[in-house]
Amino acid sequence: MSAIEEPFSEGVSLAHRLDPRGKILVAGLFTVLMAMSKSYVATLTGLALAIICLALARLPLKKVIVRLLAVNSFIFFLWFVLPLTYPGDAVWHFGPLAATRQGLIFTGLITLKSNAIIIALIALVATVPIVTLGQAMHDLRLPDKLCHLLLFTYRYLYVFEQEYHRLVQAMKIRGFRPRTNLHTYRSYAYLAAMLLVRSYDRADRVFQAMLCRGFHGVFYSLRTFSWQRRDGIFVMIAMLALAELLYLEWRMPGFLVRI
Amino acid sequence: MSEPLIELHNLTFAYPGAPRQIFQDFNFQLLPGKHLGLIGPNGCGKTTLLHLIMGLLRPQAGSISILGQEVKKEKDFVAVRQKVGLLFQNADDQLFCPTVLEDVAFGPLNQGKAPAEAMQIARETMERLGLHGFEDRVTYKLSGGEKKLISLATVLAMQPQLLLLDEPTSGLDENTKHRLIHILENLDIAYMIVSHEQDFLNHTVTECCHVHATCCKTDGPSPPKTI
Repeated sequence: MSAIEEPFSEGVSLAHRLDPRGKILVAGLFTVLMAMSKSYVATLTGLALAIICLALARLPLKKVIVRLLAVNSFIFFLWFVLPLTYPGDAVWHFGPLAATRQGLIFTGLITLKSNAIIIALIALVATVPIVTLGQAMHDLRLPDKLCHLLLFTYRYLYVFEQEYHRLVQAMKIRGFRPRTNLHTYRSYAYLAAMLLVRSYDRADRVFQAMLCRGFHGVFYSLRTFSWQRRDGIFVMIAMLALAELLYLEWRMPGFLVRI
Repeated sequence: MSEPLIELHNLTFAYPGAPRQIFQDFNFQLLPGKHLGLIGPNGCGKTTLLHLIMGLLRPQAGSISILGQEVKKEKDFVAVRQKVGLLFQNADDQLFCPTVLEDVAFGPLNQGKAPAEAMQIARETMERLGLHGFEDRVTYKLSGGEKKLISLATVLAMQPQLLLLDEPTSGLDENTKHRLIHILENLDIAYMIVSHEQDFLNHTVTECCHVHATCCKTDGPSPPKTI
C-alpha cells in the first residue's frame, strides 16, 4: 500500500527550486485570467506560456500526458453537447440536430483554456509538495481554515483509504461478493455509512490529541522559505507576461478568431 | 511537596445520552512521584478518567485540581495540557504530521518555542528514546511499535510534569514492550498507566488501583518490582 503519490513534486529543475509562494501567486493570477478570457489570441498565448513553464519544470512527459488525458476526457464530452446546443449559425446537420459555428468556437476555447490552466498548475503548483503548499498558502495570508483543510485532507485521505480497505477485507473474508441485489446495495450503504462514522470519530480523536499537545488553532512551521533573487525575477517576468495576456484580451479580442 | 498532582473531588460524569453514570461522587488523588497503574474491566471509566483530567470531557459535577490549581474552563485546561502529557490508545490518532521530526516538534512549537529550538528538543527527545534516525521517516508508514514509541516522544518533547498513558502496550511485541519499560524506568516524573497487562504493570508501577464508580481502590500491597 502506498501513500498518495505526488509524482511531480520531486525534482531539481528551476521550476522546483523557485519559492512556492511566488509560484502560487503566479499560478493563481494566471488561472483567473485564463478562466475569464474570451479571446483565442490570449488563450493561445497563455497556453504557450504554460507550456514554457512545463518545459522549465522538466517533468516526466509520460505522466504529464496521462494527467492531461484524464482532464481532457471530461472535455471530450463537452464536444458532444456544447456545439449542438449553443445558439448560432448551423454548420453541420445531424438529423434533427445542428452544430453551430459559435458552439464549435466556444468549445474550442474552453478546451484550450482548460489545458492552459492545467498545464500551468502542473508546472507551478504540482511541483510543490502538498505540505509545503499548505505552509506557503499560510505565508501568503490565505485563510488558515483553507490551509488546514488542505493539509488534513491530504493527511487523512490515506488513513481513510486504509480504513476502507480494512472494512472491505472484513466483508470479503466473510464471503461477500458484490452482485446486483439488495443485499449488495445494503452492504455497500453500510460500508459507506461506517466509513463516515469512523472518519468522524477519528477526526474527533485526532483533534483531541492535538489539543493535548497545546494546539490552539495555529500551525507553526519548521520550514522557512527564502525569497531569492531568481524568485523576484520569475515573478517580474510572469507579471509582464500576464500584463501582455491582459493587453491581448482587451485590445485584440477578435484577433485570429471572431465569435 | 505533599500537595497532590491531581485531585478529583466528588466528580460526577455520564456520557451524554447514556443511561449509566460512569462516575458518581468520585474521589481520587495522585501524589507527586507516584507511578500508578489503573486497572478495571472494559468500560469502567479508565480512559474517561484520563480524558476528564485533560479536559477533553467535562464532568457534570465536582471539581478537578491539577498541580494545585483548580481547573474549570477550557482556558485552565489549555494550561494543564502544557504540563500534563497524554499518550493516546491509538497512535494513529496522535501522529498527524507528514514526518516524524515535524510531529515531535509540534508540541514544543505550540509551547512557543522557536523552530530551531523546537527541532533541537525534538532531536534530543528522540535520541533519549533510542529513536535516532527516524527524523525524516513518514509517520503513516511506520510499524505499530515504532508509531507507539514516536507518539511517546511527541508527548515527552513537551517536557511534561506528569504523564498519562492509555493502554500503551496494546498491540506491541515483547521487544517493544521492554523498550517501553526501559523508557518509563528512566523517567523522573509521575505517571499513571491504564493497562490490562499485569506483567507490564509489575515492571512499571509501584501501586495499582481498581477504578470504580465512586473511587479508586488500591489493590492491596504494591506488586514486587522485578526485572
